[in-house]
Amino acid sequence: MAQKSLHDKIERSVFLMIVLTLLTVSVGGLVEIVPLFFQKSTTQPIDQKGNTLAVKPYDPVRLVGRDIYIREGCYNCHSQMIRPFRSETERYGHYSVAGEFIYDHPFQWGSKRTGPDLHRVGGRYSDEWQRVHLLNPRDVVPESNMPAYYWLDRPAKVADIQTKMRALNMVGLHKYSEEEIAAAPAAVEGLTELDALVAYLQGMGTALQNVR
Amino acid sequence: MADFVSGFWNMYVMGLVALSILFCVVILVANSGGKAPAAGQQAELQSHVWDETLQEYNNPLPRWWMYLFWITIIFAVVYLAMYPGFGNVKGQFGWSSIGQYEAEMARADEQYGPIFNKYLEMDLMAVAADSDANAMGQRMFLTYCAQCHGSAAQGARGFPNLTDNVWNWGGEPETVKATIMHGRFGVMPPFGPVLGTEGVKDVANYVRSLNGLAHDSLRAQRGKEMFDQQCTVCHGADATGNTMLGAPNLTNNVWVYGSSEAAIIEQIANGRQNQMPAFGDFLGEAKVHILAAYVLSLNQGK
Repeated sequence: MAQKSLHDKIERSVFLMIVLTLLTVSVGGLVEIVPLFFQKSTTQPIDQKGNTLAVKPYDPVRLVGRDIYIREGCYNCHSQMIRPFRSETERYGHYSVAGEFIYDHPFQWGSKRTGPDLHRVGGRYSDEWQRVHLLNPRDVVPESNMPAYYWLDRPAKVADIQTKMRALNMVGLHKYSEEEIAAAPAAVEGLTELDALVAYLQGMGTALQNVR
Repeated sequence: MADFVSGFWNMYVMGLVALSILFCVVILVANSGGKAPAAGQQAELQSHVWDETLQEYNNPLPRWWMYLFWITIIFAVVYLAMYPGFGNVKGQFGWSSIGQYEAEMARADEQYGPIFNKYLEMDLMAVAADSDANAMGQRMFLTYCAQCHGSAAQGARGFPNLTDNVWNWGGEPETVKATIMHGRFGVMPPFGPVLGTEGVKDVANYVRSLNGLAHDSLRAQRGKEMFDQQCTVCHGADATGNTMLGAPNLTNNVWVYGSSEAAIIEQIANGRQNQMPAFGDFLGEAKVHILAAYVLSLNQGK
């Protein structure tokens, strides 16, 4: 038996094995994830050519709507990611760019389209249509297989909006000011969940013009 | 555009990528040694023993596996030379997903552009009479318009029927096109506070009487007086509407929100806001032209 090889040594040391394994598997993340935090296109409101976009942080009402979107699991059937293919841009509008999602925590890109992509749904339908359609999709689209969300016509929860905004301040790129947080409950007060969700949907994807 | 906030990150990516590839090469070379045992002989046994008798031979790595590993390393290097990936190196092909998209769009414009342009230069009514254009129009209608107006353009509660030749905003060909291009925003103010509960009911009965529907004639008579004061500004003295404001004709028995007394009362008391979104920016004039012609074709002879 020859003297112990390096291979032998690593294989017999749990500590070395763990450290070297971690080092190996972290390379992918170090190359593909870490630099994203230092890229302008992923941290600033700009499009693919570097032009400034009018991406706005979510106001309290849209924030409530967004949480309803998440609660009802809309992302299970709707993506928010228009890929740069003609077959997608003809139907949905301009392809999505990273700068549009900088205030999304967590993002709602989704991965499955039972229903259509929603990234540029803002302004595509009237508020009235959105309301009717959410309460019972068959009222406007007889062929639709989307579930009816008839319970959304109830008051939106106001109590936790300030906590929500403070939590987002900890993780997000946008910091809500104390005045914004103080004014939030009044903005949401009296609205239904339907109103908030429609406000969220109508603001979606409008930062980048709907040009092809 | 330099996308990284500083030049460091470029070097960081390049360094890690180069290091990883080099590491693979070193590992592979370091383990390439050793000869397979001659025929009829066994390789050397490794020193460790498990479960009292279980031991491993120290055979060299299989050749086929080694070659595959080399091929993947060569592939990685070639790929990074041809495609973006190695820091900000663009690669020999100069490929980008935006470039690929724009080329795809340019090809499509070249192929389909002449077809659209041919129709764009034609008069709307001439396009409406063209069966090829209508087939295109119908396909686009199903993609962009059917969600509100229905797959047969029959409309739904709150969304106008587009096949009855009744036009709130005007049915001249260019007006229909303008409606699709720029959208419309219709507002009926709430009259509940002005008319009061009884007043609203009276006016509703008057409106029903204009359409030959069952009504309370006493209420309708009282309603007419209020209608003449409050409603004629938009709906006109004869209640036939005003296409400049999108105020519907109230005498043709066509109802977007329903004709029942309750539906009309709700309409008058709470008002309405509804919108036809603008499609000009999204679709472009050429497509809107064909869509408008398709919608017009649905109303021919009605």
